[in-house]
Amino acid sequence: MSITCELLNLTSKKAKKSSSSDKKWLKKPLFFLILCGSLVIVLVMFLRLGRSQKEETDSCNGEEKVLYRHQNVTRSEIHDLVSLFSDSDQVTSFECHKESSPGMWTNYGITCSLSVRSDKQETRGLPWNLGLGHSISSTSCMCGNLEPILQQPENLEEENHEEGLEQGLSSYLRNAWWCLILGVLVCHKIYVSHSKARGERKEKVHLQEALAPKKQQQRAQTSSRGAGRWRKNILLLGILGGVSFSVWWFWDTNEEIIMKRRETLANMCDERARVLQDQFNVSLNHVHALSILVSTFHHGKIPSAIDQRTFEEYTERTNFERPLTSGVAYALKVPHSEREKFEKEHGWAIKKMETEDQTVVQDCVPENFDPAPIQDEYAPVIFAQETVSHIVSVDMMSGEEDRENILRARASGKGVLTSPFKLLKSNHLGVVLTFAVYDTSLPPDATEEQRVEATIGYLGASYDMPSLVEKLLHQLASKQTIAVDVYDTTNTSGLIKMYGSEIGDISEQHISSLDFGDPSRNHEMHCRFKHKLPIPWTAITPSILVLVITFLVGYILYEAINRIATVEEDCQKMRELKARAEAADIAKSQFLATVSHEIRTPMNGVLGMLKMLMDTDLDAKQMDYAQTAHGSGKDLTSLINEVLDQAKIESGRLELENVPFDMRFILDNVSSLLSGKANEKGIELAVYVSSQVPDVVVGDPSRFRQIITNLVGNSIKFTQERGHIFISVHLADEVKEPLTIEDAVLKQRLALGCSESGETVSGFPAVNAWGSWKNFKTCYSTESQNSDQIKLLVTVEDTGVGIPVDAQGRIFTPFMQADSSTSRTYGGTGIGLSISKRLVELMQGEMGFVSEPGIGSTFSFTGVFGKAETNTSITKLERFDLAIQEFTGLRALVIDNRNIRAEVTRYELRRLGISADIVSSLRMACTCCISKLENLAMILIDKDAWNKEEFSVLDELFTRSKVTFTRVPKIFLLATSATLTERSEMKSTGLIDEVVIKPLRMSVLICCLQETLVNGKKRQPNRQRRNLGHLLREKQILVVDDNLVNRRVAEGALKKYGAIVTCVESGKAALAMLKPPHNFDACFMDLQMPEMDGFEATRRVRELEREINKKIASGEVSAEMFCKFSSWHVPILAMTADVIQATHEECMKCGMDGYVSKPFEEEVLYTAVARFFEPC
Amino acid sequence: MNTIVVAQLQRQFQDYIVSLYQQGFLDNQFSELRKLQDEGTPDFVAEVVSLFFDDCSKLINTMSISLERPDNVDFKQVDSGVHQLKGSSSSVGARRVKNVCISFKECCDVQNREGCLRCLQQVDYEYKMLKTKLQDLFNLEKQILQAGGTIPQVDIN
Repeated sequence: MSITCELLNLTSKKAKKSSSSDKKWLKKPLFFLILCGSLVIVLVMFLRLGRSQKEETDSCNGEEKVLYRHQNVTRSEIHDLVSLFSDSDQVTSFECHKESSPGMWTNYGITCSLSVRSDKQETRGLPWNLGLGHSISSTSCMCGNLEPILQQPENLEEENHEEGLEQGLSSYLRNAWWCLILGVLVCHKIYVSHSKARGERKEKVHLQEALAPKKQQQRAQTSSRGAGRWRKNILLLGILGGVSFSVWWFWDTNEEIIMKRRETLANMCDERARVLQDQFNVSLNHVHALSILVSTFHHGKIPSAIDQRTFEEYTERTNFERPLTSGVAYALKVPHSEREKFEKEHGWAIKKMETEDQTVVQDCVPENFDPAPIQDEYAPVIFAQETVSHIVSVDMMSGEEDRENILRARASGKGVLTSPFKLLKSNHLGVVLTFAVYDTSLPPDATEEQRVEATIGYLGASYDMPSLVEKLLHQLASKQTIAVDVYDTTNTSGLIKMYGSEIGDISEQHISSLDFGDPSRNHEMHCRFKHKLPIPWTAITPSILVLVITFLVGYILYEAINRIATVEEDCQKMRELKARAEAADIAKSQFLATVSHEIRTPMNGVLGMLKMLMDTDLDAKQMDYAQTAHGSGKDLTSLINEVLDQAKIESGRLELENVPFDMRFILDNVSSLLSGKANEKGIELAVYVSSQVPDVVVGDPSRFRQIITNLVGNSIKFTQERGHIFISVHLADEVKEPLTIEDAVLKQRLALGCSESGETVSGFPAVNAWGSWKNFKTCYSTESQNSDQIKLLVTVEDTGVGIPVDAQGRIFTPFMQADSSTSRTYGGTGIGLSISKRLVELMQGEMGFVSEPGIGSTFSFTGVFGKAETNTSITKLERFDLAIQEFTGLRALVIDNRNIRAEVTRYELRRLGISADIVSSLRMACTCCISKLENLAMILIDKDAWNKEEFSVLDELFTRSKVTFTRVPKIFLLATSATLTERSEMKSTGLIDEVVIKPLRMSVLICCLQETLVNGKKRQPNRQRRNLGHLLREKQILVVDDNLVNRRVAEGALKKYGAIVTCVESGKAALAMLKPPHNFDACFMDLQMPEMDGFEATRRVRELEREINKKIASGEVSAEMFCKFSSWHVPILAMTADVIQATHEECMKCGMDGYVSKPFEEEVLYTAVARFFEPC
Repeated sequence: MNTIVVAQLQRQFQDYIVSLYQQGFLDNQFSELRKLQDEGTPDFVAEVVSLFFDDCSKLINTMSISLERPDNVDFKQVDSGVHQLKGSSSSVGARRVKNVCISFKECCDVQNREGCLRCLQQVDYEYKMLKTKLQDLFNLEKQILQAGGTIPQVDIN
């Protein structure tokens, strides 16, 4: 019980969890994981590709912009110059062109290539020819800058390459990752399948040994537990992997962001540096140009074409060309010898530059300056832009920075820069650019001395660095994000900051070198972001996403693993419980079989002894006790048999026989068996078999009888003192079409409702069987049956107490009765119906019932039986054959007020070959036409219809017409119960010839009719014997018994029936006799014999026969030699005095065919022999 | 005259045989045996019965010899003898003999020599008693037949 409880619990649990979906469950997250991974990879790839492309286009655009700007600048510059000089002199400007062109000579290659770009300008035609030249020059100036620009793609490429390398690395890393994950997965898969296989193997073993020792189970359990741990470890590993993957991703993306930032910084810095440099160089060039202008127009022309005013104006007007210069000034080289002349010429003294307090000077007024001290030479400023007009007349050589500058400039012939210093007046940090102006054109490879010699003046331009840079930065985008410092790095030990602020993120900075055209001076630009690196959300978000996914998937898998573990555990438990349940079931069956067998054996002893006890001299009391004991013992045995039946059916070991039998005979048997009880209770028992049911059907008669007995027994048990029990058999096909029913009984029954009390056998209301028939599926199934099979519908109707409605559902459950009080009131175990139902199911039928409490119950069942071959008739009937022959053709009149009962009577008469008419009452009989009464052999009157007065009328009618009738019909009274006195009283009146006690059955009826009809003719017992003799005549029979007397008796008995009997007195002798070939048709074998008992003898005989049969079959011995039979099997019947079942079983086991109790009784002998000798 | 004698004899026969049944000397089997006798085998019952008695005396002899020795009783032999006796007595319908045989067999099973001896004596007594009774019966039968009557069927039940 507890097992079944546990099982139930588990199954319900399992049902909830539905283990089948678990595997899918397990697979889904894996799939999901893989999908996520691949998606992420694709995304990352895509992002990266897009980004690099954008960068490239960006850098390209920048380049273009710069180039374009340069061109524009140059163009506008030229335009200015031309506009300035156009009114004065065109030719000079051409000269200028000529002069300047050689300087640009070297850069033709590049200009050519660039001219393609500037084809726009070419198309503009001749007026812009000059412009073209200048454009070339400007570009040539740019060549220095261009080189880095041109190099930039290379640089970029390099960077790209680097990036590619990095990308390659990261992709490699990624691949490695996936390899790792894949590896883990594969490992897991392999392990799982391995463990599964192992588990299966174990399971197999487990199954093989259903009750295997627990050790193995434990091992299996531990293995499964181990697998669970394994899984958990793998899960942990996977989660760790996921976490590290997300960390790696974050790191990777972050790194990328930083890199990109750095790159951007570098780009921006470079751009700034480049622009600054360019701008500077442009100004430088312009200053250079200015120097040449001065040399050309001031020194080249006499008188000078330039004076302070012109210079001022020009410089002012071209100031936009030099946006970086705060001012331009021209100083003349004046040797000391010419100082006075010079001073005189200009009208002012050469003044000395204040160097001591250069840093403090705020507002310098040149008048305040002292005259320059005497020196070798002076460089007084003669022309100055308006912005720096205050330095006119100041000796540039007197300033230390300027002096150095001047010296370097005239030596190199190039623009030279000072180190940054505080500029005069503006007090800003600045540099001064100085160009030397030569009086003659110098060869390109002129020496320093030549240069110094040729120097006639110096052109200086001061650059205000902070404003310069600021102005520049204003022009560029994203100036907000970037902070720029510019340093002079000529002196490596101490950087001089030219521009910059302290703000910004110092941690990261980019340094780009600046080339301002002065090789002796180095400048650098330091860039940094103003703001610190923002939180890299783009890196954090996906990695956190991955982390979350990892944890989610991990959680899901963890749950799945847990569930698998529980399911496995449950499965284990289930298996264990199943094994236990099976073991319990086996034990139960064994117990049942053993116990019932073990009980049966001593019970037989008890019964036998009781029977013997009853045979001894007992007084009435003792006899009563003994009989009670015997009866109880019999009940017990039958109960045990029932239990054994149930066990057999449950285990499916019960098999039905298939022998032809007469159903009516069985029903007669049952009714006669139960008539005693029924009559005691005053219940009317009636049997009706439809004429369409064949005489002989093939099936299991004993089981059929068992079912009927059970049902009828129940009915009797539950019916009290009134009413009837009606057994009817029809073909199932008859019921199928209610409209075309021919059978009178069936018609009436179908027509009646249960509540109508009218036409039932006893007149008491009964439940209409139609209700249960309706539910039979098989009854109405349209499927065509085999032609050699018939389906019978058996109904047992009673007028008992009925079954309570609430108990109707469990009526077929074994050991369940309607309620517990039933067994107290009526006894019984409640197993009978269950067995009956099972048996019916074995007969491919159904069993059902309808019942109404207080009215009665009607049980119905169907069963499929075989149709017997036409020529096989049942031998059992033969003993009645003669009687039936006697009765055939007679006519009878049945007087009964109940139609159905009359039909039953008619049915019984019809079995005897008597045709019957029915009238409902005596009065009717009187009034009905004489012809009907003619030639009546008998009149059967039911007791209910009996009425003395009316009968006397009828009697009179008969006596009156005696003449016309050949014979007076015999009068039978049919009564359910009648005491002997009643019977004799009836008889004595002379009115009635015989009282027949119902239930009507063939044998009873024959007896009665024979006694009455065949006037005085005695029953001839020989007739029956003759039948047996018929069976045994001329048969060779061997009787084996060690007891002489027994032998003689058996011999005598068999001889009586015409058999030829041979007797032997021992098993050995019998063996010798029965060695084939022999002529014996049968053998009766005593069981208990000295030396060789019956069992042993039989076994030996069977062995002999088997050998011979084998030989015949193999053709070793010709069948003719052994004449008549192709296979030998002589029927051997055991003769035994004890009737114990066990002995019977043993008889069958050792090859005996039958069983005859000793001393011989005719009936027993007959039934035993009949099976072997077909009537000839 | 003859018929009256015959009827008398027949009645006497009937009464006698009923008394035999009632006193428990015989049972149903004897009537079964009698049913087996017909025109073909007129002396069947007598033959069987005499066979039975011969058997009885023989068996009783051997058994008494076996039981005589006080300490070395061959109970197996005795048992088979009793079995034989029981079988034949039940075949014949000698009820009393059969009953004694049953208790005899029980004694034999528990190897109770005293009981066996007692039973042996009883069997001896019973079978001799039966023998005389049946002798009388057969004599009656013979008389009836001689008187030209038929032996009546006796329904014991």
